[in-house]
Amino acid sequence: MYRPPLRDIKFVLEHVVDLEALVKLPAYDHVDVGTVHGLLDEAGRFMSEVVAPTNRVGDTQGAIRNDDGTVTVPEEFAKAYQQYVAAGWNGIKSDQGYGGHGFPGVIGLAVQEMLTTANMAFSLCPMLTMSAILALTHHGTEEQKVTYLEKLISGEWTGTMVLTEPEAGSDLGALRAKATPADDGTWRVSGTKIFITWGEHDMAENIVHLVLARAPDGPPGTKGISLFIIPKFLPDADGRPGEANAVSCVSIEHKLGIHGSPTCVMAFDEAVGYLVGEVNDGMRAMFTMMNDARLHVGLEGLGITERAYQLAAAHAAQRTQGRAVGASHVTATPIIEHPDVRRMLLTMKAYSEAMRGLLYDTARAIDLSHQHPDQSTRRHFHDRASLLTPVAKAWCTDLGVEMASLGVQIHGGMGFVEETGAAQYYRDARIAPIYEGTNGIQGVDLVTRKLPLAGGEVVRSYLDELAGICTELEAAGTELASVRRGLEQGVDQLRTATDWLLSRTDPNDALAAATPYLRLFGTVAGGCYLARQARAAVDGAGDDDFLAAKVATTRFYVDQLLPQAFGLVPAATADASALFAVTTEMLGV
Amino acid sequence: MKIAVCVKQIPDPATPYSLDPATHFVVRPHDQVLDDTDRYGIEVGLQMAAAAGDDATVTVFSMGPSGSMQGIRQALSMGADGAVVVDDPALRGAEALLTARILAAAIARHGFDVVVTGTESTDGYSGVVPQQIAELLGVPALTFARKVEKTADGVRIERQTATGYDVVEAALPVVLSVTAGSVEPRYPSFKGIMAAKSKPVETLTASDLGVEVATAQAIQGVEPVPARQAGEVIEDDGEAHLRIIALLEQRKVV
Repeated sequence: MYRPPLRDIKFVLEHVVDLEALVKLPAYDHVDVGTVHGLLDEAGRFMSEVVAPTNRVGDTQGAIRNDDGTVTVPEEFAKAYQQYVAAGWNGIKSDQGYGGHGFPGVIGLAVQEMLTTANMAFSLCPMLTMSAILALTHHGTEEQKVTYLEKLISGEWTGTMVLTEPEAGSDLGALRAKATPADDGTWRVSGTKIFITWGEHDMAENIVHLVLARAPDGPPGTKGISLFIIPKFLPDADGRPGEANAVSCVSIEHKLGIHGSPTCVMAFDEAVGYLVGEVNDGMRAMFTMMNDARLHVGLEGLGITERAYQLAAAHAAQRTQGRAVGASHVTATPIIEHPDVRRMLLTMKAYSEAMRGLLYDTARAIDLSHQHPDQSTRRHFHDRASLLTPVAKAWCTDLGVEMASLGVQIHGGMGFVEETGAAQYYRDARIAPIYEGTNGIQGVDLVTRKLPLAGGEVVRSYLDELAGICTELEAAGTELASVRRGLEQGVDQLRTATDWLLSRTDPNDALAAATPYLRLFGTVAGGCYLARQARAAVDGAGDDDFLAAKVATTRFYVDQLLPQAFGLVPAATADASALFAVTTEMLGV
Repeated sequence: MKIAVCVKQIPDPATPYSLDPATHFVVRPHDQVLDDTDRYGIEVGLQMAAAAGDDATVTVFSMGPSGSMQGIRQALSMGADGAVVVDDPALRGAEALLTARILAAAIARHGFDVVVTGTESTDGYSGVVPQQIAELLGVPALTFARKVEKTADGVRIERQTATGYDVVEAALPVVLSVTAGSVEPRYPSFKGIMAAKSKPVETLTASDLGVEVATAQAIQGVEPVPARQAGEVIEDDGEAHLRIIALLEQRKVV
């Protein structure tokens, strides 16, 4: 059972995103807040009633590769996917010229949140399709758009991102798949790719692989990589799936989690490919896909936390054990009355709401970077989105694992037993810090590429904005005084660590500090997003449980969770020497 | 073909209900949801309209505080062409017969070939409104349909009974009440939700319909459900099964 947190989603859209202002942009003439609310209500109903019930069978039955190389997913998946496509949820934020609905990306994100929370393994298929849509929208030729975009936007065809090879994971410069030009202007692509999510399945009539490979005589490393469209079935003259391409699924992986999502080893044997963009310019297009995918993987951290929280809260309210202080001696106490259980639940709730603020604000920045009429504002929000994307991905997915673990803990021994479902969330959560750029890579991206943007001005302007949120809390009077003090301290600590990182000359120092710094960044920023909501909630908190909880949850976060991140400052401002003082030999290898 | 579907907006069943202590009426929040069982009636109506051709219309009829119209909007998003909502403070707490009189009057005013309803609302459970509407409209009531088929001049249904089903048919016009599970209701599509914004919703009062608000029913009192009594524990001395069989026989279970 999944109850979509519609009120919280709408609250964040109102008070963090300022949806009212966003939909006033000319690009969103056809959008208004009331319509968005109606859409979210229906999307929530669909995800909770149609998609969420498929989560368990996806885990227990999983995807199966048959001897003929086809892959079968549970029939419940195929049916739910058909309904998802028929309802038109796939095209919310896509180009209206190709059958999309042209809504803000942040509304697409809200729908994707509910889809991901309902069934993470299932949600990966539309997520990767969305990445393919973006790559073709920004880098495809008109002919490619006509052939592929409409089918991908409707969801009739699905997309993949085909990057990784056995020796080329985090370092894509090492990849070896080969592309040679054919006489007719198409290409022939050969190579073996691994970890291809939804690389083969039976839910859609065609699969559009976006594949990185090397053209002849290109420079070594990432500068010699090109991007190709390689459809499973070559579109015929009418655009229907025609002749089979030389693409096959060689095997699928047996994994810790997300069993419903087939993770494929794909072989390309002189497969027909179509170049996207320029030769040797594949990485640029791939980054378009990856940035979107990274935000959506961050969303998985939130989704898992939300689902694990709902399950754990329901369990804690019903499971009786022991007696709470002051409780009747006759009946046992629901464990939700025990302070330590309550601490775990509140921790999950507080982090999930903080994550939602960060993720939605990042999506808002992406919308403004595309759709704001003023060029310098677009630039500003482009940089803002670049800064926040690695934080959104890594902070949320690290927390997803930790919060799913708390969910197991609240269930006690039964949490370790599969039948409660708590264990599945924990197993599913574990991939998110790894794929789409490991969280270590996100830290590196943050400190080596994003902090130095515009000489440090991009991060500084963001820190100023966070400080501004603290100042605005004054208006709420004494109610939020402790929140204000705590957050001001947080922003100061983050500024100190940021300044230290920006002043480093030895790149190893920044690399050593990257992960603790990113965690500090996310925790402080998350607190500020909560505070902005608490400020909006404080007036009505007297007679509305939702608003009262928002204020109390924010206080708990700032008073008790945020200070834990202050303990990261020494690690976020230490050079690399301590890490190398213990030599490789001393590590026993 | 004119198809009327009766629907009701009710407080979200996922939230606790409360009664107004003065009137004993259910407190109705601004945001009410579509009664889940109404989705089946809407689906049946939409399927009949699709089979009947382009000029067939599906109109939903509802009585009660309109509030945010969230539930009505859901019905329109599924594909209904329009809605008539009778929202009148004088109808607060209306019992089944008054409800039926209002709905019948609104439907008669609009015109109809088929009226589709659920079997009973999830917040009131009186279960008699469909039959009353049929009587007031002077047409046959085909009730508890678990399967609906069109015939040349009417409708044939499988009527759910305690032990199986009866096959019942009648010529149009008819009132048809359908059970949950009779069809698989569609989910609103993105396009349907967008289109619902511009569909006509007419709001009426009892006097617009010329219905005199009179009721023969009054709530005398409301009592909480009695606390559950402790069950009887039967210790097994080797003969417990006899005692259990006797108890089951007593309750006519076996």
